[in-house]
Amino acid sequence: MISIVNIIIYILLGIGVFFNLLAGVGLLRFPDVYTRLHAGTKCTTFGSIFIIGSVVILGLQTWYQGNVNGSVLAIHSLIALIAILITNPAGAHAIARAAHKSGVMPVNAVVDDLKQAKSKKPKKEESE
Amino acid sequence: MIPLANDYFLVLIFLFLAIIMAVIRIVKGPTAPDRIVGLDTINTIVIVGMVIFGAAYNEVIYIDVAIVYALLSFVSTLFIAKYLQGDDF
Repeated sequence: MISIVNIIIYILLGIGVFFNLLAGVGLLRFPDVYTRLHAGTKCTTFGSIFIIGSVVILGLQTWYQGNVNGSVLAIHSLIALIAILITNPAGAHAIARAAHKSGVMPVNAVVDDLKQAKSKKPKKEESE
Repeated sequence: MIPLANDYFLVLIFLFLAIIMAVIRIVKGPTAPDRIVGLDTINTIVIVGMVIFGAAYNEVIYIDVAIVYALLSFVSTLFIAKYLQGDDF
């Protein structure tokens, strides 16, 4: 028996798996640290929203059918999703900053705005 | 085991393919930040895989392990990034 809740779960799982596979392909195909970071972090965050969302819907369904374990499944999956949503972009930001500070430049880059801004700052303070 | 368990195991196989691609990037990566990007991607996919595994076997303890793993992998990523960016902390 396939109910409409199962169809929603299958659609969410399909979207999530598609974006997680895109993250792997992007890690292999992109030419640069920053573009690889873009693929590897954003795609996994977006895909994990949908996959864990399907698990949350499954837990709510089992809770609705009378099993109390379903509520625990849904709430704990939601806490894991919140942990991913907070930590993953912050980690990506730290990696990008570290890559720029350790001297890795993007391919075909012409202008480095961050370095120019840092070199301009002390001059302004001296002139003022 | 829940009725949807076989579909969840199929999802785990696809996630394993994504992990293999990230491992290839870690082995091939020309610079150190490339390898860290691969490691961060593997961490996120492993968290999602733990949640899927706990849902398939209907065991909540695996999802608790996933929460702790998410926080600890975030701390490890921050430490490696701090180490990479040189001595001005």
